[in-house]
Amino acid sequence: MTGFQRTIATLGGLAAAAALVIAFIGSGEAGIALLAASLVLALAGMRHHFSLWPQARVDLVASLGGMALLLSRLDGDMPTASWPLLIACWLFGWLAVEKTMAARNLPKALSSVLSLAVPVFFGAWIIFAWEVLTIGLQIPTVLLPPPSMIAVRFAESTSILWADFQQTVIKAALSGYILGCGSAFMVAILIDRVPFLQRGLLPVGNFVSALPIVGIAPIMVMWFGFDWQSKAAVVVVMTFFPMLVNTVAGLQATQAMERDLLRTYASSYFQLLIKLRLPTAAPFIFNALKINSTLALIGAIVAEFFGTPIVGLGFRISTEVGRMNVDMVWAEIVVAALAGSLSYGLLSLLERQVTFWHPSNRRKTP
Amino acid sequence: MTGMVNRVAPIAVVVAAIMIIWYGFTVHLNAPWQIDRYEKAGTEWQMRDLVRDTMAQERPVLPAPHQIVAEIWKTTVKKKITSKRSLIYHGSVTLSSTLLGFAMGTILGIGLAVSIVENRAMDKSLMPWIITSQTIPILAIAPMIIVVLNAVGLSGLVPKAMISTYLSFFPVVVGMVKGLRSPDPMLMDLMRTYRSSRLQTFWKLRLPASVPFLFASMKVAIAISLVGAIVGELPTGAVAGLGARLLAGSYYGQTIQIWSALISAACMAAILVGVVGVISHLTLRRMGLRA
Repeated sequence: MTGFQRTIATLGGLAAAAALVIAFIGSGEAGIALLAASLVLALAGMRHHFSLWPQARVDLVASLGGMALLLSRLDGDMPTASWPLLIACWLFGWLAVEKTMAARNLPKALSSVLSLAVPVFFGAWIIFAWEVLTIGLQIPTVLLPPPSMIAVRFAESTSILWADFQQTVIKAALSGYILGCGSAFMVAILIDRVPFLQRGLLPVGNFVSALPIVGIAPIMVMWFGFDWQSKAAVVVVMTFFPMLVNTVAGLQATQAMERDLLRTYASSYFQLLIKLRLPTAAPFIFNALKINSTLALIGAIVAEFFGTPIVGLGFRISTEVGRMNVDMVWAEIVVAALAGSLSYGLLSLLERQVTFWHPSNRRKTP
Repeated sequence: MTGMVNRVAPIAVVVAAIMIIWYGFTVHLNAPWQIDRYEKAGTEWQMRDLVRDTMAQERPVLPAPHQIVAEIWKTTVKKKITSKRSLIYHGSVTLSSTLLGFAMGTILGIGLAVSIVENRAMDKSLMPWIITSQTIPILAIAPMIIVVLNAVGLSGLVPKAMISTYLSFFPVVVGMVKGLRSPDPMLMDLMRTYRSSRLQTFWKLRLPASVPFLFASMKVAIAISLVGAIVGELPTGAVAGLGARLLAGSYYGQTIQIWSALISAACMAAILVGVVGVISHLTLRRMGLRA
């Protein structure tokens, strides 16, 4: 057990002890369960000084137990003692993760489960703290609604959300994404044959991809009307240049030795392209596809601020903000976040299938 | 000299081609409205008139480049800086929130990167969420963040800067983590043979090794920070800033105004990235990393 872990444990124990003291002073309002939990957590923190049950799972159980207790007592006026208890729970959760990470020679299956479980635990913690803090501190829902309220709103208005999702993500973002990435890919392959164009277009492309392209949204709305076509146009322009620059860079990534080898096999231009250059370019292309998947969503939603039919994520966000229905806005944000994360995840998965040979995808040998 | 020509000539040709295409589109896109006008006025017109007039419309579908340049010249040099119509005034509003957001994002990014590299628990639990955070189209929900923060009484520079911060911390984290981990095992072993503490290894090896990575990501960060500032200005009721100029222009169909705001934003992005590039070059040369 390292000094750092011991520090966390001591701090956690102290926080729980503080909760215990506060609960005693303000007797009555805290309740027996809170008293008991504080006592248990304080003891759990102290046990490290006597080297008793140092396993991570003890800390995890302590943390989860405290969380469950706090959740069960969640209402407008939480007793003061719950705040130090919350801090104690957080510290014990951290301690559990810290200990697990420090452990060496874990079985392979367990360590791969852990690499998924740890971030999930962290995310759950954020949502939990969000819930407890917004309700416990009575933060106005206009400012920041608690996650439970957002979840309820999400479940209630799935049909609206689905319509918005179709309008913005499927029609505008996806069609623009396919058009933009596809055309950029074609252009990149064409440019690749003309070195002069390559030298000219690459700096320009690099320059353009650093520009605030979302700014063209009002112009596209003027040109292509209010419906999804104008949003798709914005997405096309936004996704074009990152894809172009990355594909061209990827096509240049082959080594002379590899090209020479294929030439000794008497391969034609297309064989060279398909068997060597495109596979080598794949990591670059996937990089662009991933960047573009978020850019496409941003473009489609921002373009809706400049005029839209009465459906769509951007439209809903801007109108519901005006009506102070912040829970609805957050539900839309959840949709956008899910769409963004899912597309990113799918692309990563696809990338791993396609570029399984790439060093970053190979399992590291110990 | 020939190397210079070899590098510049293709770019010049491409830019010239873009200009020619642009002028072509100007005539093509603005022609229907112009022809309509001729017919209403009953005037005889030649191709030459059409070309001339399509490039001098008040509210063209696509303004000609020289119109945009003239508008920028008019609103920067000829207007007083304090004037509400001065592009310099609007640009400085955007610039200040860009820089504040960029500074906060860089500091946040460096802090997160250091904690990720130094602590495995942080690495495992934070890193996936940092990546997820960027798949959320924050730019798209920026207006609502501004409005909500306004409701709490936070208005003006800070909310806009926060959007820029959210966008710009990500490249810095990713670059810095890579940079702090870049010293190869041999160097780390060397430090160990010197019996250096973790802190010493950090200051004397990891941090200097990460500087080139930091500057590379700062270039990305400052460009994206500008985008954040512009989008953050959209919902503030078109008060000030380049984003506000965009919005006002789109409300009143002032295409030239939109394009001039857009082009000045582009120039600003180029200058900002250039400045970071120059600072990076000077720093790296001073550190002896690059000749």
